[in-house]
Amino acid sequence: MTKTLLVGPFNRVEGDLEIRLEVADGRVTAAYANSPMFRGFERMMIGKGPEDALTITPRICGICSISQSAAAALALADLAGAEMAPEGARVAALLHGVENLLDHLTHFYLFFMPDFARSGYAGRAWHERVQARFLAGQGSGTRAAVAARAELFHVVGLLGGKWPHTLAIQTGGVTRAPSVRDKARIGAWLAGFRRFLEREVFGAPLEAFDTLADVAGLERWSTGDAGLFLEAAQDTGLAGLGRGPGRYMSFGAYPVPEGRLFRRGMWQDGAVGPVDETAIVEDLSHAWMLGEAAHPSAGETRPDAAMRADAYSWCKAPRLGGETVEVGALARQIVDGHPLAVALAGEGGVRARVAGRLLEIARTQIALEGLLAGIAPEKPFMTDVALPRDGSGVGLVEAARGSLGHWLSVAGGRISSYQIVAPTTWNFSPRDGGGVPGPVEAALVGAEVLEGEDTPLAVQHVVRSFDPCMVCTVH
Amino acid sequence: MNVLWLQTAGCGGCSMSLLCAEAPGVFDLLDGAGIEMLWHPSFSEATGGEVRALLSAIEAGEQKLDVLCVEGSVLMGPGGTGRYQMMAGTGRSMLDWVRALSAMATHVVAVGTCATYGGVTSAGENLTDAVGLQYDGAHRGGALGAGFVAKGGLPVVNVAGCPTHPDWVTETLMMLAEGVLDTAALDTLGRPKFYAENLVHHACPKNEFYEYKASAEKLSQIGCMMEHLGCVGTQAVGDCNIRGWNGEGSCTRAGYPCINCTAPEFEEPGHAFAETPKFAGIPVGLPTDMPKAWFMALASLSKAATPPRIGRNAVSDRIRVPPSPKARS
Repeated sequence: MTKTLLVGPFNRVEGDLEIRLEVADGRVTAAYANSPMFRGFERMMIGKGPEDALTITPRICGICSISQSAAAALALADLAGAEMAPEGARVAALLHGVENLLDHLTHFYLFFMPDFARSGYAGRAWHERVQARFLAGQGSGTRAAVAARAELFHVVGLLGGKWPHTLAIQTGGVTRAPSVRDKARIGAWLAGFRRFLEREVFGAPLEAFDTLADVAGLERWSTGDAGLFLEAAQDTGLAGLGRGPGRYMSFGAYPVPEGRLFRRGMWQDGAVGPVDETAIVEDLSHAWMLGEAAHPSAGETRPDAAMRADAYSWCKAPRLGGETVEVGALARQIVDGHPLAVALAGEGGVRARVAGRLLEIARTQIALEGLLAGIAPEKPFMTDVALPRDGSGVGLVEAARGSLGHWLSVAGGRISSYQIVAPTTWNFSPRDGGGVPGPVEAALVGAEVLEGEDTPLAVQHVVRSFDPCMVCTVH
Repeated sequence: MNVLWLQTAGCGGCSMSLLCAEAPGVFDLLDGAGIEMLWHPSFSEATGGEVRALLSAIEAGEQKLDVLCVEGSVLMGPGGTGRYQMMAGTGRSMLDWVRALSAMATHVVAVGTCATYGGVTSAGENLTDAVGLQYDGAHRGGALGAGFVAKGGLPVVNVAGCPTHPDWVTETLMMLAEGVLDTAALDTLGRPKFYAENLVHHACPKNEFYEYKASAEKLSQIGCMMEHLGCVGTQAVGDCNIRGWNGEGSCTRAGYPCINCTAPEFEEPGHAFAETPKFAGIPVGLPTDMPKAWFMALASLSKAATPPRIGRNAVSDRIRVPPSPKARS
């Protein structure tokens, strides 16, 4: 017999999420992800001067505002056919990297792990240790992570004034040229954060985690909070839970003069190919949106105020060449070719996603140290960019949760069209015109629903493994 | 004192900013002040049915609610239904929930400029009819109505800012817990005076440039940003440059103009954010509490008297001419 469960409010995700589950014989047989909130940022932009996008779009999201900044700045630079001053690009990458790194940390300690501290796991060999570390608001790990997070955000305070809604990243570079002194101070904060990561998260040098090359090596990892996660994941079968579509996309993270620090590409059937961004289409069949399926450069945002019954979310359904793709830290590391991530590509479930995020924490810290070392304080950090009155541009970046794109058109010096496809729009999309569920909807099928559970733990693990950012999804 | 925190139509950034509280961190601070978080969407374990039960108990008067914090605008649309934001799992709009729970709370705190005045969520054509709790832009009204007074006797406490500084929120909560935040402690727009009686201009490191009207012409130059780059730090309330953000930051310290994010309708300045509107070459938005003629007279004098050190540095991206040590006489 099939029953229906309506799950919400779904907390410890960014923004609003409701999931309708169909359940039979103790398993999810179908899932429908609803983003039940619509603000309309894309429409806010129309008629404004193009540079206002740099101030407005970061405010789409309080957890990845720098990602939105970076995408808007790249889209404007593309419109102008310009590039940031090389040192400005390095500082922008540093700011963006700090945000992504701390997003992963927030997700692990505050959003994902508290579920293992729940009473439903009482009696498991690891439960008391997990409770001591991750009990919401109380755990020793939680508090250590919050303190380390606040301290590393000093980098953004110094270079960008404040976080979130940092306005330092501009089309031609960044608003503050760091001095030699600033560089030394940032180095001290990064070193402090490395100490935290090595003491608490990994219980070992970062490089040791970075050199893991296969699943067996990962499973032997026993130190730090990463070890505790892997123990709980093993015991609860998270490797086999919540498999994604197996198609992984990354726009490539951190554009610097030498290229992107993490490669761009599309991984499918064991090989990486190029991302054909012209093949992106947003399908509106199950979204409360009016209009036709379109590429974002031709898309529009007209909410269906009547909220027609055959749609169920404010989220559009992006598809690449007609197919769903998964985006996020795991996808990025697979596309970048890291051996551990590639080894996890086939597993593709909850454990793989969280391990991918841990791997990216280690690799991002190492990358940021390198970025800082390469900054030359004596050089200019901003170039002059003149925007044309008519034209279009695209900015593609990687937010913590995955691929983020801004597409804008300008006519007569004013924004005539602005479309955004956010990472969670990819992962949490509703069904498309062919009835194909979005990645999370598909990943939830098969999740266990225990007798009496109205918010199944397995469902929570799957959803949170994607680290959804619902306010970005619907913007 | 217990607190329930709801996120309406905002970006979650004020919660994320709250996590940046330091010395002590937010969890230690709340513990120390005897403040218990009944539920927070980002930090709490409770989810789904557990939360619905809590909300029902508050609504039914079975669970006392000392403070309701609301982060984000309230969406009145479409057509006054509030259906642009439904609270997941409940079949009810956030508009409905906010009204129901506000009626039960001793104090209601609007966290951030979306919740106070509508903020960025109400920008542009505002097709969702986003408003603040007690204000619709600069006008009283909003989701709870102009005359709303919480059980404890205060109107909505407006901790405006986009985002809010973590200390503005924690200090407001601590003052409520102590019973020392009364109507006299709020300014005319409902903001706590402890931060709203300062201007962003106070302690701005560009003050020496301001004194001489030595102006930056482009972003990334270190001069005063009032004349050309849209900075309204001389008119915006906030102690941003006194207490600092994220260690030692502020928008102006990082070379970005103050956009007055603690004020109603900052999201629609009527000009580009980083551009100063001018009439006949003279900025329109001069400091509000100074006669324009005096300002013009002083500005032209100080411009004429600008030392070369300050004039040259103002249009550079770093200090090019250091101050010369005073010779001993």
